[in-house]
Amino acid sequence: MLKYIIKRVILAALTIFLVATITFFLMNLVPGGPFVAEKSISEQAQQALFEKYGLDQPLIVQYKNYLVNMLKGDFGLSLKQRGRTVSEIIMSKFPVSAKLGGLSVLTALVIGIPLGSIAALNRGKWIDSVIIVIATCGIAVPSFVLCTVGMYLFGVNLRWLPTFGLSTPLHHILPIFSLSFYPTAYIARLMRSSMLDVIGQDYMRTARSKGLSQFVSLFKHALRNAVMPVVTYVGPLLAYTLTGSFIVEKIFVIPGLGKEFISSISNRDYTMIMGTTIFLAALIIIMNMLVDIVYKIIDPRIKLK
Amino acid sequence: MAKKNPISFHLNVDDFLPATDSEKEALVQMRPSVGFFKDAMRRLVKNKVAMVSLAFIILIMFFSFVVPSFYPYRYNQQIRGSEYLSPMQYSDKELERIEAGEKVFPHILGTDNLGRDYAIRVMVGSRISLLVGLIASAIILIIGSIYGAVAGYFGGWVDLIMMRIVDIIYTIPDILLIVLISFSIAGPLEKLAMMPGFRWIQVIGANLISIFLVFALLYWVGMARIVRGQILSLKQSEYVTAAKALGASNARIIRKHLLTNCIGTLIVTTTLQIPSSIFTESFLSFLGLGVAVPLPSLGSLASDAINGLNTYPYLLLAPAILISLIILSFNLFGDGLRDAFDPKMKS
Repeated sequence: MLKYIIKRVILAALTIFLVATITFFLMNLVPGGPFVAEKSISEQAQQALFEKYGLDQPLIVQYKNYLVNMLKGDFGLSLKQRGRTVSEIIMSKFPVSAKLGGLSVLTALVIGIPLGSIAALNRGKWIDSVIIVIATCGIAVPSFVLCTVGMYLFGVNLRWLPTFGLSTPLHHILPIFSLSFYPTAYIARLMRSSMLDVIGQDYMRTARSKGLSQFVSLFKHALRNAVMPVVTYVGPLLAYTLTGSFIVEKIFVIPGLGKEFISSISNRDYTMIMGTTIFLAALIIIMNMLVDIVYKIIDPRIKLK
Repeated sequence: MAKKNPISFHLNVDDFLPATDSEKEALVQMRPSVGFFKDAMRRLVKNKVAMVSLAFIILIMFFSFVVPSFYPYRYNQQIRGSEYLSPMQYSDKELERIEAGEKVFPHILGTDNLGRDYAIRVMVGSRISLLVGLIASAIILIIGSIYGAVAGYFGGWVDLIMMRIVDIIYTIPDILLIVLISFSIAGPLEKLAMMPGFRWIQVIGANLISIFLVFALLYWVGMARIVRGQILSLKQSEYVTAAKALGASNARIIRKHLLTNCIGTLIVTTTLQIPSSIFTESFLSFLGLGVAVPLPSLGSLASDAINGLNTYPYLLLAPAILISLIILSFNLFGDGLRDAFDPKMKS
């Protein structure tokens, strides 16, 4: 077990390092540099700016400084939002995205798992067909379609829900709905097939024949085993909600990290792009690692390699 | 009849009579044996959902590849005076022309803010989406299957190292990297497009190339894992041992024996890859990192439509519904293919 954990930690660290390296060198490919859009500035001023941000040193030195600073959690100053460090901006914006993402993940789990189980337990009946149709459509609709069409229907046309910001609970409905629709559908499909698999197992028949009630056998035996594949999906799900927030936050004008990332790309705010990419990537990679480790712990049947 | 000598060579003449018709009939093959492909196709044709999806995909392909070539409007043609027309509406100028006896083709889906016919833009947009889906899946198929086959076939430390690389790429958050790569590579590619011999880059657009590049760099790992798993079990088969004994080279065994035997998996995985590529392309186009400006894509059309959502909702609904339907039908068709090629996998 310890060996497995160590292996996963090394793999995660290696991946984060790789992402940091790719990010650094890709950013250096961008032509023009960050100060191009500025009104014509004098040679000297440009030189001073380059020195301030360390852009005048050789690439390899920049790379080394950047890695060392990154380990200290210092991503440097934002190039466009003067006087603020990248870490500061990330820390101020991230809670908004985390709240939205967390609520979406929760919604997806709370709705998806029961939906899938109900479908499996009523296999072949109309309710199963309805859930299958919803789930199949759910994984086919891109989130930007959900956002925009939902905004048009409920915000513009019916005027039931507000269309931008996050100030009241009512504001949360549309963004969370758009963000959690795909994972809900995916989890429902996953849950349905794994539940079908589990209720056909011998231990389910044993549980019933030794006199356990339907309720106990379902919740203690079936659900606990069937929910396993969903646990493995939590990692990708987190990645999905974090990157999905780019679009949702852009459309609903939510001041989160996703919107910050998109605007830093159009502003060519180098340090901000690098910082956000590495922060989000590291978050996703670490979450994935934790989910994998937890999965091995709670399911001893999985062979440890 | 004389008693037959047990050791004589006298033959029984009856054994050599011509066969009767009834005997011949027994040997006639009633039905040709059903091959792997035919069997799968037969199952596929019976699957109504898959066939309807396939028909829809073909219809969309017809509208996006064939119809634009003879459609009376072009996707970048701006018609003065007919900005923001509702579906089937004519502008004043066009009404005058109709009065004068001219025939004017109706704007089936209206026009956009620059007076461009929206129907043709949606058609060309879905062409871009389909092209991205198909080309990206082809790239993934080639890289993923070769990589997976080599790793699975050689095994040992080759497999170990190759699969560690896959593991690392697998955990890289792809969307982040796509955004990053398409952002950073656009400039150098535009420079390259200025050089003689690289003009084609301008036609395709730097962003599209970076999307393909990312697919080529990152997305093949899923395919590689699946192919490797198949090859691992296939390489134990007798026919591989036989081919080795006959002196076939490794490349030949992989090409002729192993990959051809997991063709079902390859077809299914590639088909299911198409909708996810289309998904990613529309995501990027929506963020403004997709196709170059005059070219429309379903994602960028939807993105442009948001600003005028209050007054011109049809500009959003057409591309939004179409992209969902395209992804849905590819998903359903892929599911049908999987059930047809591998009935055991059906849940």
